[in-house]
Amino acid sequence: MSWEVVIGIETHVQLQTKTKIFSGASTEFGAEPNTQACLLSVAFPGTLPVLNDEVVQCAIKFGLATNAEIASRSIFARKNYFYPDLPKGYQISQYEIPIVGKGSLEIEVGDIKKRVRITRAHLEEDAGKSLHGVVKNGTGIDLNRAGTPLLEIVSEPDMSSAAEAVAYAKKLHELVRWIGICDGNMQEGSFRCDINVSVKPKGSDKLGTRREIKNLNSFKFIEQAIHYETQWQIEMLEEGKIIQQATVLFNPETAETRAMRSKEEANDYRYFPDPDLLPLEIPDEKISEIKAAMIELPHLMKARLERDYQLSPYDASGITSDKAVADYFFATLKEGAEPKQIANWILGQLFSKLNEHNLSIEDSPIKPQVLSLLLKRIQDATISNNSAKQLFEKLWMSPSLEIDALIEIEGLKQVSDSGLIEKMIDEVLKNNQAMVDEYRSGKEKAFNALVGQIMKASKGKANPGQVNDLLKKKLS
Amino acid sequence: MSITHDEIKKIAHLARIKITEEEADATLKKLSGILNLIEDMKKVDTTNIAPMSHAQAVTQRLREDVVTEKNQREKLQKIAPEVSKGLYIVPQVIE
Repeated sequence: MSWEVVIGIETHVQLQTKTKIFSGASTEFGAEPNTQACLLSVAFPGTLPVLNDEVVQCAIKFGLATNAEIASRSIFARKNYFYPDLPKGYQISQYEIPIVGKGSLEIEVGDIKKRVRITRAHLEEDAGKSLHGVVKNGTGIDLNRAGTPLLEIVSEPDMSSAAEAVAYAKKLHELVRWIGICDGNMQEGSFRCDINVSVKPKGSDKLGTRREIKNLNSFKFIEQAIHYETQWQIEMLEEGKIIQQATVLFNPETAETRAMRSKEEANDYRYFPDPDLLPLEIPDEKISEIKAAMIELPHLMKARLERDYQLSPYDASGITSDKAVADYFFATLKEGAEPKQIANWILGQLFSKLNEHNLSIEDSPIKPQVLSLLLKRIQDATISNNSAKQLFEKLWMSPSLEIDALIEIEGLKQVSDSGLIEKMIDEVLKNNQAMVDEYRSGKEKAFNALVGQIMKASKGKANPGQVNDLLKKKLS
Repeated sequence: MSITHDEIKKIAHLARIKITEEEADATLKKLSGILNLIEDMKKVDTTNIAPMSHAQAVTQRLREDVVTEKNQREKLQKIAPEVSKGLYIVPQVIE
């Protein structure tokens, strides 16, 4: 039998705020344990939550970016369960009326575009952290993270492969970083996914029983976990067994998923409206204000790059994959270099260097002004593309705005004097009669070999365009 | 609306409240009384009335995103039963 996989994703996005969702305690990562756990974070009796405006703005931005309904009135609810890193005994979340309603996100897998529906996005607080093995027979509790604002984004089960699920997670990750509501740091847990997977016979309308893979914090793990889980479910069904709804954990070491110890009352959260928090009302003016101040969304910028600057869809995607990359692109463009060339160099030369040194584009030693100067020298034929690459290496080590001086010192100036080039061509033709004969007998390849010889004779400095033209003339 | 003895015990367990069989019976009576009252109230026609989530007709005030809380770890941990290396220590939780 052939099977179809159905995937839905819940993503916990940690909102980029200075303080917690309901108190003025800092949310900075990496502080000493419990130094950012205020009275509210430790659930001291008598304390009351006060909602952070920035958190509300972040949720509105997300709603606007996904074309979603933003609730003019939403309610906070208590989700009740006992765990030591949740000292109140309940998590403040949203249940019946979330701040963000139905929206959608367009993903691309290869050349295929697909719209994934977003069911809802609601605000909630994070729990603290349990640390095992700190003391014998005890668990250590760090409540610094307790109360950190999260936006939980729930998708419809619209994805039908691991590739689509990864594309969705990546797109969402790009978007929340782009609109500046999340730092996207997956290692620190700022962006984590729970993946619901089920399989059903191909063409069937009836959904299979799903299992939820908890807390995946890398795209690679998402892919591996879905592959393993799908395979496991298919094997079970083919053996005639029944799949039980369960929460599973992914083990990165073995790339396998395994069911957690089932908790009998796991889903008995007894939600009810939190009496400590009043309904959240968002006036239309607030939404319009935020909308007016929002930056151009990546898909719109991508379309603009293709339309106004004739970038290929691939290049336009690359440039709009990250706000900082787009900023770098436009800064270089402002300095006067040519857009297609800028995109090529950013996505090629610059990216490979940044990867090699594990740097983000903001930390690139080569700034947009320098790259622009370099590219302008290719454009006006002062240097060849290859020389520019050599120069790029030098500039990476010691950035300088004195590009022209550097070109002189390194002797990279391109030879565009046709007399000189012709001389070199004559020399090469004289010494490579065999290649000339081959070309004349119809072997096109020999032409390129001759160009190569000429470039070599000029130590790479001859203007390649001119070499081509002049050689063609000579051989015709 | 009726509630069973077993349900009472389940609710008590969820709330981590230890109750004896006698207490469960007594609670059953009290809770049934409350639920019956709610049954009566449900007879009121509430069509076209939006459910209320809060008793007052006011809305949430928002706070500016500014750090106002200082580190009070030392003070707070003085009253904790057990602490170590800045952590609150609780009986071991096995994952």
